[in-house]
Amino acid sequence: MNEPYKTTVEAERAPVIEPGHTFGTVTEKISAIVLTRPTSNGWFLGFGIAFLMTMMLLYAIGYLFLKGVGIWGVTIPIGWGFAIVNFVWWIGIGHAGTLISAILLLLRQSWRNSINRFAEAMTLFAVACAGLFPLLHVGRPWLAYWLFPYPNTMRVWPQFRSPLMWDVFAVSTYATISAVFWFIGLIPDLGTLRDRATHPAARLIYGTLAMGWRGSARHWHRYETAYLLLAGLATPLVLSVHTVVSFDFAIGIVPGWHTTIFPPYFVAGAIYSGFAMVLMLAIPIRKIYGLEDFITERHLQNSAKVMLATGLIVAYGYGIEAFMGWYSGDRYDAFTLWNRLHGPYAFFYYLLLTCNIGIPQVLWLRKVRTSPVGLFFVSLVVLVGMWLERFIIVVVSLHRDFLTSSWGMYYPTRWDYMTFAGTIGMFLALMFLFLRLLPAISIYEMRTLLPEAEVKEQP
Amino acid sequence: MKRQPMYGMMAEFDTAQHLVDAARKTHQAGYQKIDAYSPFPIEGLAEEIGFHRNAVPLVVLIGGIVGGLSGYLMQWWMSAVDYPLNIGGKPPHSWPAFIVITFEMTILFAGLSAVLGMLALNGLPMPYHPVFNVPRFALASKDRFFLIVFSSDPKYDPVGTHSFLEGLAPRSISEVPS
Repeated sequence: MNEPYKTTVEAERAPVIEPGHTFGTVTEKISAIVLTRPTSNGWFLGFGIAFLMTMMLLYAIGYLFLKGVGIWGVTIPIGWGFAIVNFVWWIGIGHAGTLISAILLLLRQSWRNSINRFAEAMTLFAVACAGLFPLLHVGRPWLAYWLFPYPNTMRVWPQFRSPLMWDVFAVSTYATISAVFWFIGLIPDLGTLRDRATHPAARLIYGTLAMGWRGSARHWHRYETAYLLLAGLATPLVLSVHTVVSFDFAIGIVPGWHTTIFPPYFVAGAIYSGFAMVLMLAIPIRKIYGLEDFITERHLQNSAKVMLATGLIVAYGYGIEAFMGWYSGDRYDAFTLWNRLHGPYAFFYYLLLTCNIGIPQVLWLRKVRTSPVGLFFVSLVVLVGMWLERFIIVVVSLHRDFLTSSWGMYYPTRWDYMTFAGTIGMFLALMFLFLRLLPAISIYEMRTLLPEAEVKEQP
Repeated sequence: MKRQPMYGMMAEFDTAQHLVDAARKTHQAGYQKIDAYSPFPIEGLAEEIGFHRNAVPLVVLIGGIVGGLSGYLMQWWMSAVDYPLNIGGKPPHSWPAFIVITFEMTILFAGLSAVLGMLALNGLPMPYHPVFNVPRFALASKDRFFLIVFSSDPKYDPVGTHSFLEGLAPRSISEVPS
């Protein structure tokens, strides 16, 4: 498997792309989803529901602007609540997209070629959902631009020694680089769509976006260099983003936050939940659009293995947290552990352990890894578990800290739930639009996987 | 400058291997101003047409250095010079706290330089280009491979170049109007 752009059909292993495809059929099959296939009723139904949920999000945000964050359940001592739980959850989901598109590219894992495009789209939309929450949470969202260092009449500058400022830079850089990486990857395929579209409007739009791409050897050469360098830059970036997110907690002195295990354990958790989301999207997409030739059993298996590995790292993180609670001898740390196991939110902690450590162990079984339905449900469980993890970190740590007089409970309101459900709707609506309007699988990278793409060295 | 009536002569091939071989022969025959078009990147093709200088890495390096320096200097100037503020007794110039944003700015500038540099060096966006005048060129984004000899090449002559390209056994040959 050291030779990257080769289809290896091994007896034991499912291939990356089913045999019998040519440049023409790959192009036809992927571009047909966008250009010629009629839009199905199922698409309209799915998009309609997602769109209504997006409207609900806008309603919840509109009411928030009118009334302020008091409509949410956040209060002292739990000042972070759902907004930060959802922020960390969404941004973590995005990480798998960058892992697939950048890290697996550098590791020459050619199987990534058929899932990187929609995984990157997933990253982009997840980051868009994530970015909403801190902005809404600042209280006066219309002044959120104060976070950026711009010359202003107040003659003040942001406070760069705060991890929250680091977060602003990390997340906005991540969003920008993810967007350009995704767009750069699309340019050659937009050229294909421009040349294949028959409707003048489609030709104009795809043609404008393709920017006159013509596949010149000089262009490809610079393009590949730029793409590889972007991948090299995105790799440390993606690791830094969740590290910085974990600093938001770890730099603080709250028991349950102030720990050095946070950065690696957050990054692993991010990739864990991200791959779960990739599977939850890939499994229905390949079925509905008949893309089983391109997103094969191999992709599902590999994603499941990544989930299993990162899940074990997360389990190790939980173990170390518990161990340090006991070993540090710090009474507040010890109490945090006791409170997780026996406090009022203990049910959620056990549920978290079941979802993130218990159930995913079925992925050791080949039967589960090769079953789309089984994987879909395990992924759903992992996504729930990872949401609960952030809930435990944010809410359970905050609700009982040093002083018993400042203890409290957190009660999310319907606006919290509406905002959260609304971002899921927005994410799905964007995903539906993406599937309908852009090639969900990178056409040009699929061409490179075909045996015909090989060129012998010069004699 | 006198407007040349023809932009070049284009040959169409069926396989990537055929294109690479043809590009090598054309370059070896002394043609300097040539280009090749393919629906996916082909390793080594750019070298065959005599393209060796790729400035993208340099642009990215400069972008990264500018980003890192501006990120650090921005924080230093804002926190230590223009608006020193005592936060928990930390010195105004707390370099360890500035590392994260310095890093992020390095990545941001380097990444944007990679994208913008690649587009600028490639001369994109360029919505119009003479090669699009050839109707069959639409297949260059699907499954065909093209080689062009530009009319600005000193060795270019309509008859000689045509017969040379024919010797490469292409699927078709077309003249590209400018």
